[in-house]
Parts: sequence; structure tokens; C-alpha cells
Amino acid sequence: MELMPKIPVAEWISSATDWVTDTFEFLFDFIKNDFGDFIEIFAEDWLMGIPIWLFIVIVGLLAFFVSGKRFGLMAFSVIGLWFIANQELWEELMNTFTLVIFASLISVIIGVPFGIWMAKSKVVEKVLTPILDFMQTMPAFVYLIPAVAFFSIGMVPGVFASVIFATPPTVRFTNLGIRQVSHELIEASDSFGTTGTQKLFKVQLPMAKKTIMAGINQTVMLALSMVVIASMIGAKGLGQTVITGLQRAEVGTGFVAGLGIVILAIIIDRFTQNLNTQRGD
Amino acid sequence: MPIIQVKDLSKIFGKNAKKATQYLDQGLSKEEILEKTGNTVGVNRASFDVEEGEIFVIMGLSGSGKSTLVRLINRLIEPTEGSVYIDGKDLATMDKKSLRDVRREKLSMVFQRFALFPHRTVLENAEFGLEVQGVDKSERSQKAKDSLEMVGLGGYINQFPGQLSGGMQQRVGLARALANDPEVLLMDEAFSALDPLIRKEMQDELLELQETMKKTILFITHDLDEALRIGDRIALMKDGRIVQIGTPEEILVNPANDYVEKFVEDVDRSKVLSAEHIMKRPETVDVEKHGPRTALERMRKEGLSTIYVTDAKRNLHGYVTADDVSEAAKKEVKDLKGILRTDIPKVEKDTSMQEIFDIIHDSPVPVAVVEDGKLQGIIVRGAVIAALAGSEVNLNGTNA
Ligand SMILES: Nc1ncnc2c1ncn2[C@@H]1O[C@H](COP(=O)(O)OP(=O)(O)OP(=O)(O)O)[C@@H](O)[C@H]1O
Ligand SMILES: [Mg+2]
Repeated sequence: MELMPKIPVAEWISSATDWVTDTFEFLFDFIKNDFGDFIEIFAEDWLMGIPIWLFIVIVGLLAFFVSGKRFGLMAFSVIGLWFIANQELWEELMNTFTLVIFASLISVIIGVPFGIWMAKSKVVEKVLTPILDFMQTMPAFVYLIPAVAFFSIGMVPGVFASVIFATPPTVRFTNLGIRQVSHELIEASDSFGTTGTQKLFKVQLPMAKKTIMAGINQTVMLALSMVVIASMIGAKGLGQTVITGLQRAEVGTGFVAGLGIVILAIIIDRFTQNLNTQRGD
Repeated sequence: MPIIQVKDLSKIFGKNAKKATQYLDQGLSKEEILEKTGNTVGVNRASFDVEEGEIFVIMGLSGSGKSTLVRLINRLIEPTEGSVYIDGKDLATMDKKSLRDVRREKLSMVFQRFALFPHRTVLENAEFGLEVQGVDKSERSQKAKDSLEMVGLGGYINQFPGQLSGGMQQRVGLARALANDPEVLLMDEAFSALDPLIRKEMQDELLELQETMKKTILFITHDLDEALRIGDRIALMKDGRIVQIGTPEEILVNPANDYVEKFVEDVDRSKVLSAEHIMKRPETVDVEKHGPRTALERMRKEGLSTIYVTDAKRNLHGYVTADDVSEAAKKEVKDLKGILRTDIPKVEKDTSMQEIFDIIHDSPVPVAVVEDGKLQGIIVRGAVIAALAGSEVNLNGTNA
């Protein structure tokens, strides 16, 4: 293939990333240091500061009430958490939990407004849809590279990569939920003279709540699925134990840590699903 | 000035609507235009005025453009051509804020398919308009409760719309509009989901509301009985055009064209029905026994503005009016003889509907049905129209 020299796409991307890294260094440093410290305090001082038994009791009680005073979720949560503690993976669990919480929160904070914007404008929807597709189909590993370039290694780049990977469902479902509100109800709202904001908060968002929550549930699950990948760039937690197991060819270690992730996933999934109730259903 | 003025209003759905308006100018029909351009004619050059305090009914078959027309009036739909004036102000030239104010203060709409908010309770639905206006919580919930009470749903305020029957949901929609206390109510087939009994009750309620609160009501229906019963004026629509506007009498007596005639032909029972079919049992006072106080009491209880006066043998002596009676009562007058009026509109049991029609048209009091000088029954205006429309004929009246 002499006719056509190779197009230097990789070089362009690299130099663009370098440029961003240099130009926004002060911002990245700030995030890396201050936000990084905050994450650490949250995980190690706050979460790990709670006695294990108390943590398990609180989660059990929450599970009981969230699931409508049934015992299934409570029993599962208590036994699951106890098992993880028993396997001496509690600190890892807390770190993983922290990573998931921060990644999900940031994804939702970014995702919902973008979803609303997308629902309000056809143009925005047209532009954002392919970008969201791209974000979700690009192998998640790829996000590790700019993450490291911006934030070196640790929890912060882990959260960053997870946010990129996990945000799209929230954006999509928020858009979908708002667009699904029937034309008649929008007319009814308009006929009483609502402003755009009133319509959004009194009609569209409440009616879209169920769909948006389904999107958030997916976001959380995607964030959790990034745990192992993020640990490759130094994010602490159960993922690291899995990687260690892989490197040392210790099937047992890897499997137990993997089981821990599954338990956490099921608990979080059931919690968010149970919280997803809509008035008037 | 009319509260609503509609001038040459047209709505054509679809792309290239302007092209389709040219075809309309050339006089092509709705079908031809659909075939040629793919555009649907919703409303075609509608013009009419609605006066303050009037019940203006828009009637027509399904698809004739009634819902489209009413949505043009509060500008939920942008017109293709023509204009709408509310209190003399052109909706089309208003900025967003003024339009919102008009919708908040002047027009409230009741939707054909209810359009209730499923995530809000019945009370919260009824509060919606006031909430949007920023009325504070306690005031708006009181007003919303009152209007729910009025439509008979006082006991359901904490239910969700999904828990109610269709008819009840429709009444929530009505309460939601009433709570706003608008000048104009736009009601798109607002009673269509109600069963006949409640429907009639709601029609009465609406008539009363209009009388006491002087509301202007634009009422849409495809039911002629309903139109005749409640309308001060009726506009008949066909394929987006208004083919006739007139009082119920005018429409029944002089249908403008075949379409209107078809509409009213099965209701023309004027030839078979006579006075005794539609008269009802009269409320009376006895000239020998009763004085002004009793008369006043009875009129107040029945909500009458006049009452007929008979003797023990039901011989008709005349009638008295509420004003005269209360005047007499104040002066401590003991009997009714001094204030008796005798200009009684009288018919006989077998007088035809057509004749009653002419008599009742310019009579302020109900028509008396008299035989051998004895009062047999009375006929109210609404009964004549209802009977012509073929709705419930008061058979109880015959043995009164
Ligand atoms: N959003 C729309 N897009 C395209 N065509 C429409 C739209 N809304 C209404 N139409 C058309 O406009 C015409 C009038 O419809 P409209 O809903 O006003 O009738 P209607 O008199 O209210 O009928 P109904 O008694 O069934 O409610 C119909 O031919 C309908 O197909
Ligand atoms: Mg309609």
C-alpha cells in the first residue's frame, strides 16, 4: 500500500491529548489532588470508620424497608456482606463501593441535564446520539489511557474512566422518558399557562421518573463493571484482588473477589430497583 | 365587545400547508386536498364571535374539526391562517408571557380524553392551574376542594386518576378547569364519558354555573340533544367549515342546508308531540290559604322566579313574581290578590309543539296548560327544546 501513506490518526489523537494535558494541567492537578484526597477520606476514614457489624446492620435495615418490609433482600445483604468480611475483603469492598458511588453520582449529575437538553431539542438529540453510541461501544480499556495522562494513577482516573463509560444510559433514558410523556399531557400543561421550567418539574420529570431511574440503574451497573478495568490503573478495591489473582494464577483468590463484586452488584441493583416507584401507578 | 372573536381561522395539518390553502381558495374539498397534497384540512375559514356569559356550542360529526378549532382558540395549535382575539387582543401577536397570562387567567380547557396527570392525586390535579399561578398552598387546596365538591368528587381527593372510572376522571378534568375560575371554559366533549343520569346532572350544573357566575362557555359536542339543551347558540361544523350558526330554535326550524337538516331530521317530533307530553307538575300556591310569605318560601325552595296561583279546585287565578311577593311580604300584606298577574301564556293539552314553541319563545314565565279553567301542568322552555331534540319527555307530567 504505497499509494496512500498511512493517515496519522493516532499521532493526532496523542498530540491533542498532550495539548489538553498541558493546557488544563492546573485543573487536572486540582482534581487529582483535592478530589483524590476527598475520595480517600470518604473511603478510609468514613466508610471504613464504621464498625463492620454496624455497617451490616444498617444495610440490613435499609434493605428491609426499601424492599417493602420483606426479608429476602435483607437476608441476602446481611449474609453477602458478612461473607465478604469473613473473606477479609472488607477494605477492598469499601474502596470498590466508593469508586462506584462517585462514578455513578457524577454520571447522574452530568447525564440528567444532558438528557433534558436532548429532549428539548431535536438538533441536540441528533448530535449527541452518535457520540453516546461511540462512548458505549469503544472498548472501556481505551479510556484508561487519557485517564492516566490527565490524572496519573489511582482512584481519580478510575472514576474518570468509569464516568465516561457509565454516563450514556442516564442521558439516553432521561431523553427517552421525557419524550415519552404523552402529547395530551403536554397540551394540558401548556393550556394552564406553565413556563418551560414548570412544565419540566411538574409534569415531564415526574412522569419520566421511572424511565430515568431505569437509566440510572444501568449507569450504576456499568460503573460497577468498570471496577476490574479501573484497578489496572491503580484504583483500589476488589478489582485489584482479581488482577492479583490473575497475575499470580491464583484461581481461588480471583474467584472470591469476583464473587464479592457480584454480591455488591446484586445488592445495589435490588436497592435501586426497589427505590424506583412512581406515584399513581 | 365579544370575549372571543374568530376570524377566517384555518388550520391545515402537514407540510406545504400554504399550497393547500390555495386549493381551498379554489374550492376543492377536504378529500381532494388530502389526495392532491397529503394535507389534512382541520379547520377551514371559521369565523364567529362568542359573547360574554354565553354558552356557545360547537357541534359536528367526528373528524369535523371541533377539537382542532378549540385548540386554536387557546393556541395549543398554531393557525395556518386567520386570527383569534381574546378580549380584543390578537393571540398571534402576543409574546410568550402574555399568552401564558391569557391561559392562566382567561381560558381553561377540559380535554376530550381527560389528560389528567397520572402522578398527581385528584386534589393535586385540580390544584394544578392555581399552583402554576403561584397561589399559596392552603388557598389553592381550598379552591380545588370546592370545585371537586361541585362535581361530586369530594370523597376522592386522595385517589390517583388511574383508580377512577372514566366518568369520574372526566369530572376531575372539569374540576381542574373550574378551580382556576377562568372567564372562559373551553370544554371539548367534556361530558361524553358520563352516563346519561350524571350527564344530565352535569348539564344542569353547568347551566346553573353559567347563570350564577356568568361564565362564558365554549362547549363542544357531537350530540345534538346536548347542544340543544345547553346552547344559547350553536355552530354546526362539517369538514372543518362552519355551516350554520344560530339559536337552537333557528337551527331546528330553519336548517341552513341538507347537512344540518340531516342532523336534525330525526329529532323533529314537533308534529307528534303535544303539550301534555312535556308538561310537568306545577308548583302552586293557594290564593285562599297562602300569603306572600308562604309563596316566597316555596319559590325559594324550588328556585323559581314566578309561581302560579290556584284555588283548592285548581282553578287558575294567575301568577305572582318573586319581586312582587317579597315586596308584599315586607309590607306585611296578608294575601296575594293585590299582586296577582293575569297575563298568562296559556295552551291546551293538545296544543302542538310548534305552537308552544312560538308562545314560549317570548314569554318570561312557564306556559300554563289549562283545561276548563283548571291548571293541568306547566311547560318550561328547556322541556320544549329537549323534546324537539328527542331527549327525555316528562311523562310524569301527564298525570299531574
Ligand atoms: N395532529 C394532527 N395531525 C394531522 N391531522 C390531524 C391532527 N389533529 C387532527 N387532525 C385531523 O383534523 C381533522 C379534524 O380533527 P379533530 O380532532 O379536530 O376532529 P373532531 O371534530 O374533534 O372529532 P371527534 O369528534 O372525533 O373528536 C381530522 O380529519 C383529523 O384527522
Ligand atoms: Mg375531538
